[in-house]
Amino acid sequence: MPLMINSLKDALEKKFPGIKLRVLRDSVLLEDPQDLTRITQYIKESPDFRLDYLSSITASDFLDYLETIYHFYSIEKKSGPWILRVRVPRKNAHVPSLVSLYQSAELQEREAYDLFGIVYDGHPDLRRLFLWEGFEGHPLLKDYEQEDTNTLESRDVEWLKAHGVKVPETMEKNAAELKASGKRALAEKPAEPRQA
Amino acid sequence: MALLNEIKKDGEILEINFGPQHPSTHGVFRMRVLLEGETVRELKPVMGYLHRNQEQIAENTTYAGIIGFTDRMDYINALSNNFSYCLTAEKLASVEVPERAAYIRVIMAELARLVNHATAVGFLLNDLGSFFTPLLYALRERERILDVFEAVTGSRMMCNYFRFGGVKRDLDENSLTAIKTIVRKFPRFLDEFEALLTSNEILCMRCQNVGVLPADLAINAGITGPTLRASGVNYDIRKIDRYGLYDRFDFKVPLGKKGDVYDRYYVRILEMRESVKILEQALQAIPAGDFIHPKTAPLLRNPRNFKPPAGEAYGRTESPKGELGFYLVSDGTPQPWRCHVRAPSLINLSALETMCLGQKIADIMIILGSIDIVLGETDR
Repeated sequence: MPLMINSLKDALEKKFPGIKLRVLRDSVLLEDPQDLTRITQYIKESPDFRLDYLSSITASDFLDYLETIYHFYSIEKKSGPWILRVRVPRKNAHVPSLVSLYQSAELQEREAYDLFGIVYDGHPDLRRLFLWEGFEGHPLLKDYEQEDTNTLESRDVEWLKAHGVKVPETMEKNAAELKASGKRALAEKPAEPRQA
Repeated sequence: MALLNEIKKDGEILEINFGPQHPSTHGVFRMRVLLEGETVRELKPVMGYLHRNQEQIAENTTYAGIIGFTDRMDYINALSNNFSYCLTAEKLASVEVPERAAYIRVIMAELARLVNHATAVGFLLNDLGSFFTPLLYALRERERILDVFEAVTGSRMMCNYFRFGGVKRDLDENSLTAIKTIVRKFPRFLDEFEALLTSNEILCMRCQNVGVLPADLAINAGITGPTLRASGVNYDIRKIDRYGLYDRFDFKVPLGKKGDVYDRYYVRILEMRESVKILEQALQAIPAGDFIHPKTAPLLRNPRNFKPPAGEAYGRTESPKGELGFYLVSDGTPQPWRCHVRAPSLINLSALETMCLGQKIADIMIILGSIDIVLGETDR
């Protein structure tokens, strides 16, 4: 496995002089996310690799940065997985989209955008995949805070009133208090979620 | 919906919502379809009605606890999901599987494939309009297999049977005899099923040349499983990765020619025949021995003691619907840092629009049925 990934790194460095790559956990890390499109185009078309099948796109939150991870296979040469990864900052994350090269990227990039908030530039239709429009936050980020569904916030009260639902006065009062204090109604977290 | 703005002549383009409460969408799946007359001009899948964010649940659960959640993804064949997840976790923690356990896994996974394909073909015919007669034939066979699952795992559908380094319980003699009987009788069911359907004129006319998916497009769109092989691409992960014990068995990979709905139907029938072959060989060769590795057996009682070293692993298996992959990142604690599921039901939908464009509205349902999706896995 390490041998295989080193051969990919060497080939890429030979093809694109001056490119910044690093081998990390059996995968090639691209230091500059903008290199992704040309590298992918090369490994898709080059006769040495022919990675015609993009199996999986996913992302992961590593607290200091986000990573997008790509698993490629070659159906023609029956080789794989060849793993590429790019790192982006947690705020304002942008990665070039691969939809123009692989149709399989379409739904998976939408999924990663939905759950992590990574923007895939060049995606033809980048909307949330699972969650509804207007949902706040991206639930798979480690600092995501789940809202408390048992407490009404002032905008919930407004929505209910607009739809003709009568809201009890105490709930309305609590919602107004919450808004005045500038807090959100959040679900309680377990005291120590990740014991060793 | 760009097309809608382009053509504003009254009554020429009709926008309809297919689902989510439509019986032929196999769950809660919605398609926004633009129709010109009866012809489909645009189709956008909408999903998420069954979204539970199992990936986040997994981050707050122990590794062993996730096995139960994988059952709830593709609930038609829970055992294949267990297989894929356990394979990945074993890769992450370098756990070995004893030989008998590996045989039991293959037997259970292939039985699950029979269940899935029988159900998929049955529901496809339901979508075609032959209401419930062929489906009940298929469900009758499925019941027999589910009885074995109940006897062995304690549950008919949510089996939760695989464990790291083996399986939860041994296969006893009674269950082995029951499986042998099923395997002996299954080809007879397939013959009967095929005599009724495969050369049936109505089925041929409805299915042939409908929803054609060319091979290059199928590869590009990440289609896997029987849907890919119906397009003529010889790609079966059981043959390529040789995980489990699949390199020991003699079986063929059935391929289609055109990649239409009929090929997808027929590839599934042929795959059931191959699964029966694998089962026959496995039942003959199954050795005595441990059903779980002695090192991981204590984990059945203390799942929090399973702490893979920091690192990551990607494992995949040939689930009946396609390539089911798990991507696990460990930070050395009993809970995974990240657990991603590469769900075949979701990614096989990438080519749905391409297959449906230019087809009649009545054919959308059978094209969707021939891809064989389960919404529990699409939405997770």
